[in-house]
Amino acid sequence: MSNDHILTEALNANFSGLEIIKDNYDCLNITSSEHDVHGLIEFLLKDLGFAYLTDLTGAHYPNSENSEFQVIYHLHNLQKNHRIRVRVHLPKSNPQTRTITDLFLAANWMERETYDFFGITFEGHPNMVRILNMDDMDYFPMRKEYALEDETRTDKSDRYFGR
Amino acid sequence: MSELSKLNKNLDLSSETIDGEIATLNLGPTHPATHGIFQNILKVDGERILSAEQTVGYIHRAFEKLAERRPYNQITPITDRLNYCSSPINNIGWHMTVEKLIGVEMPKRVDYMRVIVMELARIADHLVCNSVIGVDTGALTGFTYMFQQREKIYDLFEEICGARLTTNVGRIGGFDRDFNPEFIQKLRVFLNEFPKKFGEFASLLERNRIFMDRTIGAGPISAKRALEYSFAGPNLRAAGVDYDVRAMNPYCSYQDFDFNIPVGNDGDTYDRFIVRQQEIRESLKIIHQALENLPEGAYHADIPSFYLPPKEEVYRSMEALIYHFKIVMGETPIPKGEVYFSVEGGNGELGYYLVSDGGRTPYRLHFRRPCFIYYQAYPEMIKGALLSDAILTMSSMNVIAGELDA
Repeated sequence: MSNDHILTEALNANFSGLEIIKDNYDCLNITSSEHDVHGLIEFLLKDLGFAYLTDLTGAHYPNSENSEFQVIYHLHNLQKNHRIRVRVHLPKSNPQTRTITDLFLAANWMERETYDFFGITFEGHPNMVRILNMDDMDYFPMRKEYALEDETRTDKSDRYFGR
Repeated sequence: MSELSKLNKNLDLSSETIDGEIATLNLGPTHPATHGIFQNILKVDGERILSAEQTVGYIHRAFEKLAERRPYNQITPITDRLNYCSSPINNIGWHMTVEKLIGVEMPKRVDYMRVIVMELARIADHLVCNSVIGVDTGALTGFTYMFQQREKIYDLFEEICGARLTTNVGRIGGFDRDFNPEFIQKLRVFLNEFPKKFGEFASLLERNRIFMDRTIGAGPISAKRALEYSFAGPNLRAAGVDYDVRAMNPYCSYQDFDFNIPVGNDGDTYDRFIVRQQEIRESLKIIHQALENLPEGAYHADIPSFYLPPKEEVYRSMEALIYHFKIVMGETPIPKGEVYFSVEGGNGELGYYLVSDGGRTPYRLHFRRPCFIYYQAYPEMIKGALLSDAILTMSSMNVIAGELDA
């Protein structure tokens, strides 16, 4: 049995309501509810050996109702050389999830960066303040509603490229 | 009271107040001893550091937001400015991320050419870091000699792509041109001459009693802590974990080459230095193998919808003109999907998380910047150390401001 099968079985035995899909690039995508995600990552770390947090970041999908924000965790099991992606959807009304700084020290700045750019807050984080942008900024620049360029500019519109 | 005794009294007073009192010291943002724009607010008792707090973001340039407005080809120059000590690795890592998204295989020759360029960049990166460790311990000589060699590597880059520091080397789908004979000849000269010069540098520092006394035990970190902090690259290997992306997830035909992964023991400044020294030697081994076995064939993949056609063709043939237009305007259809791809950068696992919605630009692009992640451990590593060791620890961690702040 491949690593992916073993992992899928172990997860399904311990959690309900997970969506586990293998994408076209041979990576296992696990989508969890906000309620379960901390427990899921703790289980992956302590029981399944995913002890290396490769990456933690956010994404904004303004068109998906009630799940506008995503937090994406990339975890790596160094012994088995197995990489997976864990994802949690968060609503625009309350973009908040539990911190994983108690599990991975490295998550500290990654979560601050995610907060800085997307306004996703991490409950229980020791120092939830901006990191790369200046402190008195009053918006979250990586959200899609903040256009990079002047909105009155029309010469770069996609419709000129046949879209 | 004479002027002299007044001065003496002042001196006495100041030494009294410093002793036993906790002072706040602002190291940076621009400090001649830190190589880049780093601010550290230190609490010091005399010269001993009680706690430190870093401020980052002084040269934040919003690369991830910029990338959302740029067609895929135009993102390569952004990646140059991440770890600017080894920009070819960043460029090629980005190209390979897009190639993974498209799902295209490179010809062997492209892989080998990329390996040569990336290993040269790794040597340049490690040379900067190691010779700067020398500078911070007071040994300026090695730095001047090794920067001469780094110039030679930059001459080689110039021969490949015309640029030296921000190289913008290659294209999505291979290289813009083949290696020219001058490059091969210059590379052979470099491979002949460099080991001797590098040996001189190594003999200056590697077993130098003063250097060893100064660096052994400075800024240590255990393997367990390093993994919790998601260390990567030479810093993680110096702590004793043999994780190298080149060996664990071979990309670019790294599985064809015979090389070792040097591993340290204590994770201190000396181990980090020695691991990099060994990696330079291993990189030379890889370049030798790649150059001797450089396969014949095309220097780019056959993907006309992503790889610019030769300019002469554009003037002569209709298809080439159409492809040229579509690529330059970012009009090529690209598959929807999300990929994570990582390469072994100069200072660790450099990852690209790319989400494509099929549009002309990435929907979301995130750089996993190794030094942004491991720089978090800096306060822990310098706690209780002397101020001069803190400077040394920072330069041995190879924190690059451009990559830290993205």
